[in-house]
Amino acid sequence: MEPNIFKYVWRHSRSEQVAILLIVLASLPFYYLSLNLPKQIVNEGIQGQGFDQPGATQPFFAFDLPFGEAVFGHAVRLFDGIDLTQPDMLLALSFSFLGLVLVNGIFKLVINTRKGRLGERLLRRLRFELSDRILRFPLPHLRRVKPSEMATMIKDEVEPLGGFIGDAFATPLFLGGQAATAMLFIMVQSFWLGLVAAAVVLLQSYLIPRLRRRILELGRERQLTARQLAGRIGEIIDGGVEVQAHDATNYERADLAARLGRIFHIRFEIYQRKFFVKFVNNLLAQLTPFMFYAGGGLLAISGRLDIGALVAVIAAYKDLPSPIKELIDWDQQRLDVQIKYEQVIDQFQLPQLIDPARQSVDNDPGPPLAGDIVASALTLLDENDQPLVRSVNFTAGVTDHLAVVGQSGSGMEQLTYMLAGLVAPSSGALRIGGRDVERLPSAVTGRRIAYVGANAYHFVGSLRDNLLYGLKHRPLRPPASEQALSPAALAEARRAGNPEFDIHADWVDYAAAGATGADDITEHLIEMLAVVELKDDVYRFGLTGTIDPSRRPEAAEGILRARAALMDRLDDGGHEDLVVHFEADSYNHNASIAENLLFGTPRVPSFASGALARNATVATVLREEGLLEDFVQMGVTIAKTMVEIFADLPPGHPFFEQFSFIGDDDLPEFRAIVARVDKAGTAALDPAARQLLLGLPFSYVEARHRLGLVDDAMAQRLVAARHRLSERLERESPNAVAFYRADAYNAAASLQDNILFGRLAFGQAGAEQVIGDALAEVLDDLRLRETVIEVGLDFNVGIGGSRLNAVQRQKLALARALLKRPDLLVANEAISVLDGAGQNRLVERILDRRRGQGVIWTLQRPEMAALFDSILVMRDGRLVEQGSYDELTGRDSAFKGLVAAE
Amino acid sequence: MSIDQEVEILRRIPIFAKIDPAKLKLMAFASERVTYKPGQALFRQGERGEAAFIVLEGTADVLIEASDGPLRVASLSENEIIGEIAILCDIPRTATVQAATELVTLRITADLFFRMIMDFPEMGVEVMRVLAHRLEQTTAQLRQVQAAR
Repeated sequence: MEPNIFKYVWRHSRSEQVAILLIVLASLPFYYLSLNLPKQIVNEGIQGQGFDQPGATQPFFAFDLPFGEAVFGHAVRLFDGIDLTQPDMLLALSFSFLGLVLVNGIFKLVINTRKGRLGERLLRRLRFELSDRILRFPLPHLRRVKPSEMATMIKDEVEPLGGFIGDAFATPLFLGGQAATAMLFIMVQSFWLGLVAAAVVLLQSYLIPRLRRRILELGRERQLTARQLAGRIGEIIDGGVEVQAHDATNYERADLAARLGRIFHIRFEIYQRKFFVKFVNNLLAQLTPFMFYAGGGLLAISGRLDIGALVAVIAAYKDLPSPIKELIDWDQQRLDVQIKYEQVIDQFQLPQLIDPARQSVDNDPGPPLAGDIVASALTLLDENDQPLVRSVNFTAGVTDHLAVVGQSGSGMEQLTYMLAGLVAPSSGALRIGGRDVERLPSAVTGRRIAYVGANAYHFVGSLRDNLLYGLKHRPLRPPASEQALSPAALAEARRAGNPEFDIHADWVDYAAAGATGADDITEHLIEMLAVVELKDDVYRFGLTGTIDPSRRPEAAEGILRARAALMDRLDDGGHEDLVVHFEADSYNHNASIAENLLFGTPRVPSFASGALARNATVATVLREEGLLEDFVQMGVTIAKTMVEIFADLPPGHPFFEQFSFIGDDDLPEFRAIVARVDKAGTAALDPAARQLLLGLPFSYVEARHRLGLVDDAMAQRLVAARHRLSERLERESPNAVAFYRADAYNAAASLQDNILFGRLAFGQAGAEQVIGDALAEVLDDLRLRETVIEVGLDFNVGIGGSRLNAVQRQKLALARALLKRPDLLVANEAISVLDGAGQNRLVERILDRRRGQGVIWTLQRPEMAALFDSILVMRDGRLVEQGSYDELTGRDSAFKGLVAAE
Repeated sequence: MSIDQEVEILRRIPIFAKIDPAKLKLMAFASERVTYKPGQALFRQGERGEAAFIVLEGTADVLIEASDGPLRVASLSENEIIGEIAILCDIPRTATVQAATELVTLRITADLFFRMIMDFPEMGVEVMRVLAHRLEQTTAQLRQVQAAR
């Protein structure tokens, strides 16, 4: 990258900079005209200069040829003007003034807009170039950088550059011109005074930058320390488990405090110096008028300078300091952004960046890989030149199934990196079909070869997105026209040097997965889930997922059929008592009072079960139904029971968390309330206490808590309140709650809740198992299992796949690699967290599916190598044995040693 | 049946007879009431014991696996405790227990049981007393058997 920011800016914005400069120049005459006009208005318009008698006229807008007198010896009148009387003249001048203000304003608007656009455009270019470089970092380097530091650099550190870029050329020229004009004027008035002013300006421009040198150094330190702080915070978050598990939070606090202290001192020193420089600067600026007054005054008294000239000089000097000061400020800013820029791009300048041609979007994966994989004297060194892989030689067919075994640190991991084209060998060669792997374009290594590691990463998004991630190499079909980037947006991207690929296009290479398009890809996804034994997990995700019935009416209909079918099946099996269905006119004893009142799924947080006690609409309904007092009474019963049974438990006891309606912190307060009620009844309670009691019954479930609070009469009244609440909600906020309707799909509830349409009865032995089995059978009967799995494919995997367990993560990564049907699958302990039997099953199934297609698998458990055609045994970076399982077990071998060590 | 009735039943069981009703209420509150249909098993012989059961309603059969199929050795009904040995000694279930009629039980998990004993030592003393009493009875029976030989 260009090391000098000026050259960088000039190269990428030359024409725009020139355009801005021209507009600035064009705006100047208007600016000066508007400065002159007020004087004219006062003199001619108001005071009537030149209007000697009433009714006299003067020409308005008479226009002489500029420099006409100098060229032709007499004024050349181009336009005689319009004769106007004094009041008309005043109005004409005033409107001219208004017009000039408008013109100046528009000029300013245009200039600032252009500057802003120029700055933002260049910022976009710079940020893209930096991010692009991250995509081209070779893996070993990528491992060494801190993600949060990189993010800070691209996001924050280059930000001030955007503001500066628009001013990079126009400002110094403009201010310089202004200052030079003022200087010249002073010189013309009095050479000596001009000399004095020039001397002070020179002193200023010599001294101030020197004083500021240390500030710049500090600025650099400030940038580095802030970046390191960002890196540290990233580290604390990534290492959150270790920090808390080892009680190291205070150590981290100390580290943060030390860093913040350092940043404080740097920033404070910058402040001190900055204001000192300001002080010196102001002093120097005022030194000149002092000399004018004292020296010029003496000259005037002695008669060597006429007073008029002195006043003119002093007036002209008024215009000098501010452009000078701004120029010095600009210079400061220039140095500042130059440093920032250098500091940032320094981190992105690597000699061994991946050649952009290898990653070009136009590259073709070419014909299927064929021939042999040949490693000759293949060697890989780490950053300290220690060998990781030493002079490895082997030959294997591209379609062979090859196992690599060895202990950790034997170099087998690095061997797979090189095979997948992720790391270039330090010396020696690795060729597939006669071509060097390190020179293959990523279109080949990323499509013909699939690499799966043990800690594969998953991106935030659905399972489907993550599976399809391996098929998104380039935009294949343009997006629907309303989503597509507009030609203007594309042109803008081009101007900022960004690529013109549309993220909304269809990037998925369906053909690579053996599908014809978006319609049948799902079949292939589900097939891959079956191969890696993830189908059941995704089925369970699907049951807890939701669908939008307006977009998938056939699925919603199917679920409703399943609801009826499940009811029938449970009835037939004599299990009808296991699910208590939602019925609009009866109370569900297996649901909480809150759920019974709401009788639906909340769509907004204020109607969630936990928030209902504080919900104003609910309170109104309870009051209207006369239930408030009953709720307080129920609250009293609950509070009494809780106070009684939790009385002797120490605070913080897990029972509070598990069973109590009342947290251990609040228990003393409720104890006091209960004592008051015992003494004087609920009437004696203050509103706050009543509110506390009122909140308790909402989470009460009769079948579970068994305090006998909801008898038949109460149940009826609660159902009446339910009806009133639903009427009110339909009137006031129809979108707050999705109500349960026996004949309608509830879009806010999960598939499972929609099918069950009720609550599992508490305390029925084995209910979950029976219901789960019945549900599965019903879904199979109705051929809805695939629908549920499809919904499961929309399950969001969380940051880094955090909502999946380790086994699911590995299986998903493997499915992603298999989906693109690579010629060569490189798996590096890809399913190491599965149990032994699971690993065996999966490897066997995958090898079976991939007859005639290559597999290279590093194994944690060497005895699994029996499934492969050939085995490579690694030790200390060396290849110590190669042969079939029978050959290696038939004699005394290192492989037998490894198996025995298991 | 409300929680107060459950406490009444618990008090009729010797281990719990002398324990403060508030503690029993806590135990009842923290326990799940589980209903079994006739023929449904509470647990099977050889399984790890995770909970004890108190019969609230109905009867249960105690079956032991014999060479010619399961053999009914006892029948348990209301106010009796089932399976406490397995959770106290951490040994596998010595028999299968299944519902003979519609059976309502209070399921007390091992975790809850031990926590209660930890938190209320007087309850542990009560359990010791009952167990010692049983041991004394067994020893006496053994002595009688030996004497009769």
